[in-house]
Amino acid sequence: MEFDELYQEIILDHYRNPRNFGEIDNEPLSIEKDNPVCGDHVKLMISIGDNGLVNDIKFTGEGCAICMASSSMMTEMVKDKPISEVKGLILNFLQALRGEIDDSILEEMGDLTSLKGVIKFPVRVKCAALSWNALNELIRD
Amino acid sequence: MPFDPNVLRRDFPILKKKFSASGKESDKQIPLVYLDNASATHKPRQVMDAVKNYYEESNSNVHRAIHKLGEKATYLYEESRKKIAGFINAESANEIIFTRGATESINLAASSWGRKFLVDGDEIILSEMEHHSNLIPWQQLSIELGVKLKFIPFLENGTLDLSKLESLFSDRTRLVAVTQMSNVFGTINNVKEIIRFSHSRNVSVFLDGAQSVSHIPVDVKDLDCDFLAASGHKMCGPTGIGFLYVKRKWLDQMPPYQFGGEMIGSVWLDRAEWAEIPYKFEAGTPNVAGAIGLGSAIDYLSKIGMKNIHEYEIKLTAYAREKLKEISDLKIFGNPPEQGGVLSFYLGKIHPHDVGQFLDNEGIAVRAGHHCAQPLMRKLAVPATVRASFYFYNTHEEIDKLVEGIIKVRKFFNHGI
Repeated sequence: MEFDELYQEIILDHYRNPRNFGEIDNEPLSIEKDNPVCGDHVKLMISIGDNGLVNDIKFTGEGCAICMASSSMMTEMVKDKPISEVKGLILNFLQALRGEIDDSILEEMGDLTSLKGVIKFPVRVKCAALSWNALNELIRD
Repeated sequence: MPFDPNVLRRDFPILKKKFSASGKESDKQIPLVYLDNASATHKPRQVMDAVKNYYEESNSNVHRAIHKLGEKATYLYEESRKKIAGFINAESANEIIFTRGATESINLAASSWGRKFLVDGDEIILSEMEHHSNLIPWQQLSIELGVKLKFIPFLENGTLDLSKLESLFSDRTRLVAVTQMSNVFGTINNVKEIIRFSHSRNVSVFLDGAQSVSHIPVDVKDLDCDFLAASGHKMCGPTGIGFLYVKRKWLDQMPPYQFGGEMIGSVWLDRAEWAEIPYKFEAGTPNVAGAIGLGSAIDYLSKIGMKNIHEYEIKLTAYAREKLKEISDLKIFGNPPEQGGVLSFYLGKIHPHDVGQFLDNEGIAVRAGHHCAQPLMRKLAVPATVRASFYFYNTHEEIDKLVEGIIKVRKFFNHGI
């Protein structure tokens, strides 16, 4: 059933035990984003090393299971990766979510595969995309 | 005829439909429990027939055609205006302006009355529980003109703190614009007292009736309000139609809101004169079918009786409140003494969106979100709430289903915690 696809156990696990949840000390780059549809709120912090790698990434905030799980999975996915690669990941993820490219690309993205079910719920796409849009904005320059 | 929701339900084709959670016809079909009436109500067959009949038998433009169809369409359109006037006990049908809905009604008043009568330094009093539609038009006007906004606070029980009202008034106060019924708490505000006090200070009152007009008897003469806005889609009528009631003394002084066809008297290349009231406020071809549908909805509601509807909804809401209170971790926001059929709540730490999605899967339609009242949500310190809102066709059995659904939601997200 589509509901079960939306709320897979892996998503509920990330929701109940979000990874990289908390603050980064020493004034990291940060951004706050709201989803006006349902009131999700996320603060995203990132520290990028001189080598161009994501040294640390954390988030705080409150939101629905989809928003929290997507944020949690995203931080796991991009940690220790070069910024240039992260930019590509964001683009791929957001395009797949919006149905602009084939969603099979999510299968190469670990736990994020589980967010495939969101694509069938257009209202919830915004929940899953919130942190990704935030990260996109944060590292754009 | 005695009031019986189960008999009335038969008039609503959509309430007989069954849906599968997946949307696929092959899956198990479950009945719809529709509890999102504060957002939009369903339409009885009578309303849909009225719209269909108009298109099949009288389709034409209004106020300009000489032919039979044009006369018929104009007659039906104006009959609807009279029905609205009668429904809210306006002095005359000329005090009713057709709009796209309450939002456009408020924009019309802010744009026309506001720009005409307000200047830099004047003040408008709103409340903290306004829907965005009764906040933003005034807020933007205040930015444009340098008008100051003040807000009647609400108390924890979801009522307006009218003890603060007097202190909000100054010699620059020009308007009080408040909702008659909160779309979040369901509070029926004591607008009669607000109007009495405001008028004693020579201040006009705008009522947002988007929630109230469909659920309680509203009498503009008894209330003595200066303006009243309402939407058709929340009162068994079609979408895209609503009205603005304006007391005659203001209508005479208000400039047009939009310009074009239908609203003119005489036109020259460099100037124009306006049509008489209320036509000068209805530029362009109006939503004729919508207006006729709304007229039919008013016939339908009048036949049931607004008093009956209100009394039944009080009982239903009290029942829902009692049942919901039995669920641990469920917090209902507000407990106003006068309440319509709206309950907003939060379930433990489960986000309202997740609650709403789960309930949808059980065939139960509720609203999850900020209900177009972000400042109110901020004051409650929640990102959103779940809202169940009722209408006369909802039953006690449906409330039981809602409660069962919520218990399942708790289990699913908390693992029985």
